[in-house]
Amino acid sequence: MREAFGNELVRLGESHPELVVLDADVSSSTKSKMFGQKYPSRFFNVGVAEGNLADVANGLATCGYHPVANAFAIFLSLKSTDQIRNVSCYNNLPVVFAGAYGGLSDSFDGASHQAIEDIAIMRALPGMQVIVPSDARQAELALDYALLQKGPVYIRLNRNAVPDLGEPKDFASGEAILLREGKDVTIAANGITASYALEAADLLKKEGVDAEVFSVPFVKPLRFGVLGKSVRKTGRLLTVEEHVWEGGFGEAIAGECLLDGTGPRFDAIALHSFTETGPYDALLEKYGINAGNIASHAKALCKKG
Amino acid sequence: MDKEQLLQNPEHACNAKELAVLAAEFRMEVWDVLHQRGTGHWGGASSCLEMVTSLYFNRLHIDPDNPKWEDRDRFILSKGHASCALYTVLALRGFFSPELLPTFRTLGSPLQGHPCMNKVSGVDMSTGALGHGLSVGLGIALAARLSGKSYWTYVMTGEGCLNEGQSWEALMCAAKYKPEHFVLMVDYNKVQLDGTEEQIMPLEPLKEKLRSFGWNVAPKAYDGNETQDVLDSFAWMDTEGAWPKAVIYDTVKGKGVSFTEGKNAWHGAKIDDDSFAKGMPELRSDLAKKEASL
Repeated sequence: MREAFGNELVRLGESHPELVVLDADVSSSTKSKMFGQKYPSRFFNVGVAEGNLADVANGLATCGYHPVANAFAIFLSLKSTDQIRNVSCYNNLPVVFAGAYGGLSDSFDGASHQAIEDIAIMRALPGMQVIVPSDARQAELALDYALLQKGPVYIRLNRNAVPDLGEPKDFASGEAILLREGKDVTIAANGITASYALEAADLLKKEGVDAEVFSVPFVKPLRFGVLGKSVRKTGRLLTVEEHVWEGGFGEAIAGECLLDGTGPRFDAIALHSFTETGPYDALLEKYGINAGNIASHAKALCKKG
Repeated sequence: MDKEQLLQNPEHACNAKELAVLAAEFRMEVWDVLHQRGTGHWGGASSCLEMVTSLYFNRLHIDPDNPKWEDRDRFILSKGHASCALYTVLALRGFFSPELLPTFRTLGSPLQGHPCMNKVSGVDMSTGALGHGLSVGLGIALAARLSGKSYWTYVMTGEGCLNEGQSWEALMCAAKYKPEHFVLMVDYNKVQLDGTEEQIMPLEPLKEKLRSFGWNVAPKAYDGNETQDVLDSFAWMDTEGAWPKAVIYDTVKGKGVSFTEGKNAWHGAKIDDDSFAKGMPELRSDLAKKEASL
């Protein structure tokens, strides 16, 4: 996913002279380095100083530039919160914050480097949009979308290669993206959990449960049109995310269901503690983000009636 | 020009004596508004008045009729709690009606407790949370370089901003990129909220610290409450020398009202009726003295 994002930055650099890119000494990891090599005068590596990173970007944004500030998601969301809240959001400045190594994807570095609260933090900020792409193509589309916005956008990216889910029909609408039709239960998957939800649907099929699966990249604004229709059809909703429950994607969807009066049978797969070091797949497996666990939760929802 | 002429001709590039008159007039206005509202920050607003007045009435290339002019000089009041000083200067410089000033900190007023760039004409950056100014200013200065513009970017901090770690991130970063026409002005009144700077967080040796961070620091500590000294500091900014540049101004917190001078209690204390009545004659007398010397 990060290669796709880095390549898209380079591609857009040509057609968007207002695009400038900043990084906090992780440009080899975030892949923003490629932009720096192609457009050295429009690239600023400000060192390991995420607060300064965000505000230098903010300053540039007041002068007609559209900065993309890259850092690890955990440090961007925790060390630049004041700058993003008080300067980017309060002044509605067009800055893209690209949170690299989101979720557990910096798996071997351990809990200190795993971003599991970033969505809650960014979601809470007035004026901020929050996008969590499910695959490489969505990461490109998220950047394309963000550069058309007049205010700040947070994009959570994943470190690793993830399965391609195909070309979404209308990514910029912000609506949930249908990956598989079904009638018994709706699975709304945020970020890279979508491919596991698809695998789960295969397992469920074998057990006679017909799951409808969505990739839901837009956490804010949360468009509930397509998803709401599905939930009204199935009456059952399972959310899946690589983030803590508190303030995360599932909680946002649950709130939307209440406001909408949809009232499905509901369950959520999310994190509830710090995690640990390990291979990414094994880590996701251990903490419940895997096809088997998703299938089992979906099945339980269906059993309830 | 006399005071009335000065106020009617805000485009006029004032000399030191004229700037001193305007600053004294503005200080009375700030004292009055803060008393009326019973909220706000007198100490830090008063200490920076001669510097902010001198910027707007002598130095900055700005156009109040076109406040978002792309080529304008930028000023970031990183010590945003001195908002009442900035608002007063902006209003009298022509950015908005001075009649708005008494609405400071009232519900529905554009004059928020701390400056908001999207609500007040002439405010180049919203501030309030300390420590943002240098980083944002650096971004603005880098934008000038990228777009081939020659505007200047001035950032004013107090001690509080320099307590924040972010300021030192920005100081390092600015020394890396060395943007032209980027200036740090330190309103160094040496008194913080809880006590003196020495008691709370000693910054000394500040000049040496800034130099060691790669800044071109003015050799002289100018008196930031003396307009001739402030103009002299502007002349130093114009001399040949490496960027970025920093000027440390010795100032007095609560300047102009004797019982508030140098007192941390007057950082944000309410100006009650007794204090107001006691302080106003001192401010009037200072203005009269300065008018007499015109």
